[in-house]
Amino acid sequence: MNPAAQTETSLVTFTNVSRFYGEVLGINNVSLSIPPGITSLVGPNGSGKTTLMNLMTGLIRPTQGEIRVLGIPPDRPEQLCRVIGYCAQFDAFPKGITGYQFLYSFLRMHGYTDAECDRRTRASLELVGLTAAAGRPVAAYSKGMRQRVKLAQATAHDPRVIVLDEPLNGLDPLARSEAIAIFRQWGAEGRHVIVSSHILHEVDQISDQVILLSQGYVVAEGQIQGVRSEVKEQPMQIQVRCDRPALLASRLFQQDHVVEAKLSPDGRGLLLRTRDADGFYLLLNRVILESGLEVEQVAPADDDVNSVYQYLIGGGEGSTV
Amino acid sequence: MNAEWRRQVGGVFRLELKKTFLSRRGWWIYCLAAGPFAIVLFHWLIELQRARGAPGFHGRHSLGDDSIAFAGIFLLYYLRAGIFFGCMGIFGNLFRGEMLEKTLHYYFLTPLRREVVVAGKYLAGLAVALVLWEASVAGSFLLIGRHFGPAWTEYLRHGPGLSQLGSYMLVTALACIGYGAVFLMCGILFKNPFLSAAVVWVWEGINPFLPSILKKISVIFYLKSLCPVEVPVPPPFNVMVTETDPSPFWVTVPGLLAVAFILLFYSGISARNTEISYSE
Repeated sequence: MNPAAQTETSLVTFTNVSRFYGEVLGINNVSLSIPPGITSLVGPNGSGKTTLMNLMTGLIRPTQGEIRVLGIPPDRPEQLCRVIGYCAQFDAFPKGITGYQFLYSFLRMHGYTDAECDRRTRASLELVGLTAAAGRPVAAYSKGMRQRVKLAQATAHDPRVIVLDEPLNGLDPLARSEAIAIFRQWGAEGRHVIVSSHILHEVDQISDQVILLSQGYVVAEGQIQGVRSEVKEQPMQIQVRCDRPALLASRLFQQDHVVEAKLSPDGRGLLLRTRDADGFYLLLNRVILESGLEVEQVAPADDDVNSVYQYLIGGGEGSTV
Repeated sequence: MNAEWRRQVGGVFRLELKKTFLSRRGWWIYCLAAGPFAIVLFHWLIELQRARGAPGFHGRHSLGDDSIAFAGIFLLYYLRAGIFFGCMGIFGNLFRGEMLEKTLHYYFLTPLRREVVVAGKYLAGLAVALVLWEASVAGSFLLIGRHFGPAWTEYLRHGPGLSQLGSYMLVTALACIGYGAVFLMCGILFKNPFLSAAVVWVWEGINPFLPSILKKISVIFYLKSLCPVEVPVPPPFNVMVTETDPSPFWVTVPGLLAVAFILLFYSGISARNTEISYSE
């Protein structure tokens, strides 16, 4: 296999993909390349996150453009669904089915033998902590339990690409942290874990890269620090903790690129906004050498998803749930 | 068919059977199937009561009358109403019902060709329809002349009884196969399959009054050709009926099966292009 083809079979790619619902825009002219690891889709309601997920899982077709999931077009479910698992937002289950039957039937339709279906079903239920409730009808499950059984369904066949639409919805804090740990494990195993979420601080915790969507367009994509540094019009915020912040502030104000500096109430911190982060770090080194400043901590204060979201998309609906 | 494929179809079949068979949603279909059996049972009990009061009395009608009465029930109730609407309820909901309940994605997220989903669902629907309607038809037929006692047994064993029963069973099976394919396709193609079912029902209903050429574009014409006992059309409708030679057995059976296969094939192609759009 040539290197280009090998690369294609390890990526989820969208090439100039648009999807319209009649005259309503779903997504427009999206081109993406999603590598292995945890990728978060972030954007307000109606920004196109679910459309993007439904497209890559073959539940809907693009109006134009081309999609490949590890080299497989989504209109071939017999190949695609072996490598992809989707925890959709649809909160509906076949009537009268128990948690065990829900997973078992799903695996049966993958073609596994009875013994293999049983083994995988039990393992998946155990992974999401539903072993005790396996024999109960899914209709009688709580919202959190239904969410967990959907997670189990998405991963029971051991897919290489796991697509999770708002997977943390309805989960209690303990279940959330367990789910996040599982996502991290899957990401570390080299799988594609594609997550959409409104909960930005959790996105921030788990994502290797983010895709920011707004009104059907991809606003930014990549590692969050990289995305932040691309937002030139918003000065970078940097938090410094040192023994003489006032001295540092006075030196900083001699620089053109420093827009603002705020001393913290405890007198040991300084929050500054600068248009040239690299210039600031050089200056900081110089001040340390010249005045013997003792620095405890230097850290960017706004290279998280929340800040980037605010800068690029604004504080609209669903921005900081 | 390889083993994996068999397991996949079996998976769809079993799940569908579990959902469709004896489901609460389908109570009216069971009533449709049980209705004629209950009437025939009632008829038998009344005749038994009469026979007890007057030994040797076997009712005010002959065995031949019961045979024609059953042919009438079969043609006018089973074929034109019971099996038709029963199949509409069973097969029309196989896809449309999933859309309304927002569960179709469960199948579409499995590595099954959509044609296989169609086949698995159709087979499950057919199994349910056959069990219901064959049992109802056989039960009603066997019971309708039961009050004649040994004469009825003789009619079944050494007369045309069993042959007639076999024909009714065959027609019932073909009706389930044919109408099943029609309504499965309607459920995939139309948001409201019941509207298209109403059109089909009217078309099938006016079939006796249509010119010969148009008569042949229906399921009921071919099914009627296979019925063992002809039902006389009462006046004044008899003057409006156009006579057409019945279709021969060797054309009817393979023809209906071929039409059902073509409809299923088209349903499979349509399912391939079906999208999950529950909100639309």
